[in-house]
Amino acid sequence: MTLTRLSAETLAARLAAKEVSSVEVTQAHLDRIAAVDGDIHAFLHISTSALATAADVDARRLDGERLSPLAGVPIAIKDVLCTIDMPSTAGSRILEGWVPPYDATVVRKLRAAHLVPLGKTNMDEFAMGSSTEHSAYGPTHNPWDLERIPGGSGGGSAAAVAAFESPLALGSDTGGPIRQPAAVTGSVGVKPTYGGVSRYGAIALASSLDQVGPVTRSVVDAAMLHDVIGGHDPRDSTSLRDPWPSFTDAARAGRDSRSLAGVRVGVVKELNGDGFQAGVRSRFAESLEIMAAAGAEIVEVSAPNFEYAIAAYYLILPAEASSNLAKFDSVRFGMRVNPVGGGTVEEVMAATREAGFGDEVKRRIILGTYALSAGYYDAYYGSAQKVRTLIQRDFDAAFEKVDVLVSPAAPTTAFKLGEKLNDPLAMYLNDITTIPANLAGVPGMGLPMGLAPEDGLPTGLQVMAPARQDARLYSFGGAFEALLEDKWGHTLLSQAPSLEPTEMNAARGGAV
Amino acid sequence: MAKAELMDYDLAIEMYEPVLGFEVHVELNTRTKMFSDAPNFFGGEPNTNITPVDLGLPGSLPVVNEQAIKYSISLGLALGCSIAPSSRFARKNYFYPDLAKNYQISQFDEPIAFDGNVEVELDDGRVFQVSIERAHMEEDAGKLTHVGGSTGRIQGAEYSLVDYNRAGIPLVEIVTNMIHGAERDAPELAKAYVSTIRDIVRSLGISDARMERGNLRCDANISLSPRGSGILGTRTETKNVNSLRSVERTIRYEIQRQAAILAKGGTIIQETRHWHEDTGVTSAGRPKSDADDYRYFPEPDLLPVEPSDALIAELRAALPESPLLMRRRLKADWGFGDTDFQSVVNAGLLVELVDTVAAGASPQAARKWWMGEISRTANDRGLEAASLVTPAQVAALVSMVDSGELTDSLARQVLEGVIAGEGTPAEVVAARGLAVVSDDGALIAAIDAALASQPDVLAKIRDGKVQAAGAVIGSVMKAMKGQADAARVRELVLVRASEQ
Repeated sequence: MTLTRLSAETLAARLAAKEVSSVEVTQAHLDRIAAVDGDIHAFLHISTSALATAADVDARRLDGERLSPLAGVPIAIKDVLCTIDMPSTAGSRILEGWVPPYDATVVRKLRAAHLVPLGKTNMDEFAMGSSTEHSAYGPTHNPWDLERIPGGSGGGSAAAVAAFESPLALGSDTGGPIRQPAAVTGSVGVKPTYGGVSRYGAIALASSLDQVGPVTRSVVDAAMLHDVIGGHDPRDSTSLRDPWPSFTDAARAGRDSRSLAGVRVGVVKELNGDGFQAGVRSRFAESLEIMAAAGAEIVEVSAPNFEYAIAAYYLILPAEASSNLAKFDSVRFGMRVNPVGGGTVEEVMAATREAGFGDEVKRRIILGTYALSAGYYDAYYGSAQKVRTLIQRDFDAAFEKVDVLVSPAAPTTAFKLGEKLNDPLAMYLNDITTIPANLAGVPGMGLPMGLAPEDGLPTGLQVMAPARQDARLYSFGGAFEALLEDKWGHTLLSQAPSLEPTEMNAARGGAV
Repeated sequence: MAKAELMDYDLAIEMYEPVLGFEVHVELNTRTKMFSDAPNFFGGEPNTNITPVDLGLPGSLPVVNEQAIKYSISLGLALGCSIAPSSRFARKNYFYPDLAKNYQISQFDEPIAFDGNVEVELDDGRVFQVSIERAHMEEDAGKLTHVGGSTGRIQGAEYSLVDYNRAGIPLVEIVTNMIHGAERDAPELAKAYVSTIRDIVRSLGISDARMERGNLRCDANISLSPRGSGILGTRTETKNVNSLRSVERTIRYEIQRQAAILAKGGTIIQETRHWHEDTGVTSAGRPKSDADDYRYFPEPDLLPVEPSDALIAELRAALPESPLLMRRRLKADWGFGDTDFQSVVNAGLLVELVDTVAAGASPQAARKWWMGEISRTANDRGLEAASLVTPAQVAALVSMVDSGELTDSLARQVLEGVIAGEGTPAEVVAARGLAVVSDDGALIAAIDAALASQPDVLAKIRDGKVQAAGAVIGSVMKAMKGQADAARVRELVLVRASEQ
């Protein structure tokens, strides 16, 4: 099997056994990127130092240095994360070419663990979107069907992993941008408990909702990455001080076929409604049968306030975003546009923001500014925060009865590029399943549950656990993944198109 | 408004009741900034004491300075405030280039300290109660320098420079409730209130509290209510008044200005104003409406501040004596009369006296030197008395006088040497050779010579007219060039006269 098809877990083992070098692994991925990323456009920037980093890891290994489990494994980094050696644009024109003077804490941790950053991945501008179509640098394409979206905002990270351009990626999740792209690309994405992973150096969208997490092709790979990036960071006041168990151990233990026995699985009635695609519903029903057959107890639970989640989310997010994005004013960094004939500092700020922000960003800044205005605050932001409390109570009540909650990770398979671009409301509704977990701060995982029969595209399962119980997600996810792969005899992504360059060119030329 | 157009102050007070309110910003002298680990030091090369947090770089996050929280709690307690078991930071959103994030992290509806009271003593010893609405924590903004205009203000400037060294310096803003009843003492009360706040923060050691350096800044609000109307007038807010004297003058000026406008049937514009020390007037700043919309919302990057009861109790126990109580105690301990004590307070030399007494001098002697020779020299040179000598030096001087090593007049010469930087009193005495001649032999020789040259005086002394000895003492002191203890000389004169 070529190096790019291997899981991070396998690569790590072969690197540790010195059967392969990090330079070879890194070169293989760079070659794959060169071959397919012209069509996928998962990357905004390719690191020029990846091979040097890989060579350094190899040298350390040869010197007998004790290295972390993922040392030498390549990784793609969502462009929302600050990197001292690569531009960090958050998919926005206003930050074009901006190289931060510091690394995000998670990036620092990756480097300390000697992973090899390959580059920065595409995303909806400032993570506002569910399709990556709102990137200022053009959309990313879904490896399963280049005409379709890879999900968003972190479509670049999901596509990079699904297209075998990188075994691992970092994403960020505000309302589902890790789990929903995972669902529509057949990959695994985890949104950790709020506070479980440092936000320092993650360009903020909505501070109270944002969370950085792993995007991978297997549950164990996600756990291994989570073990590297998690933990308390004194630079992030909202970061939890709890000690965390090994997620890798939890995921591996989950592979035991008996691990689902007696696990109480809650099906959220409100997250499996009429608006969901038939193939998504049938795969979800089949998933529940598989879990039940493995000894899990399936319980329907109700979360009556989830129906207000999207409304609350689209008040809290724009409100926080309108404030977070105020700093993009051209005074200290980033793009600067001088009005014709010069102008006051206010006029320069306005001209810069007019030119530098895309429509979706402007839409949300306007919404958020309005929602926070005197006289409207209580009705909008204040009410939304109350809904948030109610949703947290729904979760608390549900987790008294069950160990994990499950739902489809997205209501549909990947839609076509452009299909919902002019219908923001339809786009917003795509996050209906994932938003409650962000509002409540609980951890969630998106992982494959098979292809939809009607279109042959991936569908995803979402698993949610109580706050701080991320390990439970990994053991449950590991178990479910093992059951499905046993049944199929292969991984889901092994069925994805190979994206051979020749085939691709023919398809794009209209010959197929 | 030209001075001639102002209403006579007495008439203004006759027609209107002044209503005051103050917002005092105190810069805390923590080691690092409010939300970053940059040094809390404004000055030096611009934009050097900064981190990504102070520049508001994308991805950076604030972390609360624990020491600043403790200082704020101590200050709240010293102001008689309740300390909130849970208080929150909020974002105050507005665009301005000195504000790195285009929002200021401040506290809005949940301040750390609220509902306090401060006793303010006027010059004549009357005590006025000023009620404190709240004290809240926030971060300072950067400093803008407007270049190219004639006024140094943004209007007319060619370009502006921003120094973010000041951005993020921790501040506590102390807000009073409306102050009624100050009447004609309003200007003096204003000065006394700010002075009291300064004394409190100094006694706590939480701020350098130098107004001229902006460590302590006062925004003075004032409105006039027509007598008998019961209607509150429109207020103006004069920003960043930077000395105690200016606070007093600002209030007085605004009372006269507003009264003149109101008396002519005009209306006061709700606005910020600027005080001009040189011309002694205020000028209009920007209109300020209560409806300014800062879109406050809880700062999602920070957790609520929840000090434990134990911490609050610990800080309460560690509070120093309040400056007012301390003054009352010192006055009693020192046995000073009202006038003597108040003169020391008004001269701002209380701390110097305390330290001088602590170094061994008697309160009376300490007062004599600080309020006398040292203050005179300071006035002559336009300097602060405290900058001339240290309490330890003054105590050493006093001790030398007490022991008879120096006379008062010699001590003044020694002091002059100390002020001139010639060293400690002992070093000056040695270098200038100023010690009292305590060698009786030398004195007796001089006395005998004097008695011999003035036989008539000798005869009078022998006849019991001891006051005649003064003439001999005078000539002996002259012969000794003043370096003798006159009392000792007198004793010896009487002895020698009786022996001859």
